[in-house]
Amino acid sequence: MSLYNFFYYIGRYFMLMRRVVTKPDDSKLFFANVSREIIVIGYNSITIVAIISLFMGAVLTLQTAYNMTNPLYPDYLIGLGTRDSIFLEFSSTIVGLILAGKVGSNIASEIGTMRVTQQIDALEIMGVNSANFLILPKIVAALCTFPFLCLISMIVGISGGWIAGELSGEVPTSQFVYGIQYLFIPYYILYSLIKISFFGVIITSISSYFGYFTNGGALEVGHSSTKAVVNSTLVILIFNLILTSILL
Amino acid sequence: MIELQHISKSFKDFKVLDDISTTFQEGKVNFTIGKSGSGKTVLLKSIVGLHEIDAGRILFHNRDFTNMDLKQRKEIRKEIGMVFQGGALFDSATLEENVMFPLKMFSNLSYEECRERANFCLKRVEVINKNHLYPAEISGGMQKRVAIARAIALNPKYLFCDEPNSGLDPITSIVIDNLIKEIILEFNITAVINTHDMNSVMEIADNIIFIHQGKKWWQGNKEEIWRTDNEELNDLIFASELTKKLKKFYV
Ligand SMILES: Nc1ncnc2c1ncn2[C@@H]1O[C@H](COP(=O)(O)OP(=O)(O)OP(=O)(O)O)[C@@H](O)[C@H]1O
Ligand SMILES: [Mg+2]
Repeated sequence: MSLYNFFYYIGRYFMLMRRVVTKPDDSKLFFANVSREIIVIGYNSITIVAIISLFMGAVLTLQTAYNMTNPLYPDYLIGLGTRDSIFLEFSSTIVGLILAGKVGSNIASEIGTMRVTQQIDALEIMGVNSANFLILPKIVAALCTFPFLCLISMIVGISGGWIAGELSGEVPTSQFVYGIQYLFIPYYILYSLIKISFFGVIITSISSYFGYFTNGGALEVGHSSTKAVVNSTLVILIFNLILTSILL
Repeated sequence: MIELQHISKSFKDFKVLDDISTTFQEGKVNFTIGKSGSGKTVLLKSIVGLHEIDAGRILFHNRDFTNMDLKQRKEIRKEIGMVFQGGALFDSATLEENVMFPLKMFSNLSYEECRERANFCLKRVEVINKNHLYPAEISGGMQKRVAIARAIALNPKYLFCDEPNSGLDPITSIVIDNLIKEIILEFNITAVINTHDMNSVMEIADNIIFIHQGKKWWQGNKEEIWRTDNEELNDLIFASELTKKLKKFYV
């Protein structure tokens, strides 16, 4: 990709976003769309986020336990380690990456199909701002639901760690519970919520962008979907670095 | 009334429309005909601004559409109904919701009134008792008809149909032709219709434009088309043995 192309795509992205962020034509329809997207984007992602968090929490606890063979380290440090990994990085960045795959491909193929079957043209002809009508509800829905997914991930992840520690006999419950409270910094939660909100905007807007500018037929819809996931993932990783250096 | 003044449109090096000028009157059935790939769809999309033209001007009742910004165009587009070649119904909405969509968006009607109006339009295109099906669950011809219902829901001032009766049987085809003619006359609409269907042309055309090699090759009404000596037009219209015989008989 040449430098020219790079700036072309960035410019087109921001021009699209300028059309997205305007007042909706009809507020009743807008809120109806937002509630639908909340179901599609947020509610339908709870299961996958919960399952992955449960297993990751469990694995994190066991790995921390196996690495702390030195008897001088108290067991509660395992709880503390698990907590910090989950709160700082897992519940926001890893969950963000998973959602980029699930939500991103979904959005890009939905909007891409609408493009190639001329449904977007049909909207434009009616005088509807199609960018605003299709994309803004998705961004708003992500902003409303991703922080909750992050909180769910934290709770389920910690529970997974606790269950694994207890069942394997590596960390007794009392030690684990003491560990997750030890030197607890509430700001870490806020930090994760801020991060995942950014990721929500990144995933929904970038995936919508690739869907919106699909050119061709069904094959290209597939390509757009792939590009949406790959690019959202990259941008998430970059923003993770930037946000971490600003916020922590 | 829509006026086209010296419209040209190219894709890369390929000139699809070449200096086309014409006027489409309101209350008249205007057809554009031409071989597949001659540029009928591109012309229609250029008129409504889905393709930006390279040169020329388009006037909607003396309002210069070409040089308008997005906001001004939006106002004109609210007066436009369009039927796309593929129907372009919203997949995620039922037929009723599809037809209700422009009403909910731009009219001040209540939900019940919108529904009533949508049902009325669906009845006019003879799609009955299918309100709660999704576009994927009905036939291609039916999708076309629902698209027509959606296009006329708001009583548009301008109506564009891209092959409204492709994929329809001869009987339904005539029903749709008559419906289109009826609403054009009833509401004094300015309409442009693309077609391959010479039956409809002979039935309801008031004004016919023949596009060939990107140019306006011929223009006339349905009487004149029988007697034309334009070679390319004759090749297109009287392509089959049956129509050749008909022409001999008629002229
Ligand atoms: N977006 C586009 N990019 C490049 N070329 C295009 C594009 N749209 C149409 N064309 C070209 O313009 C020409 C005219 O296409 P158009 O769709 O207008 O034909 P048509 O007269 O509507 O044909 P049909 O009757 O089969 O629908 C074709 O040769 C097509 O390849
Ligand atoms: Mg066409």
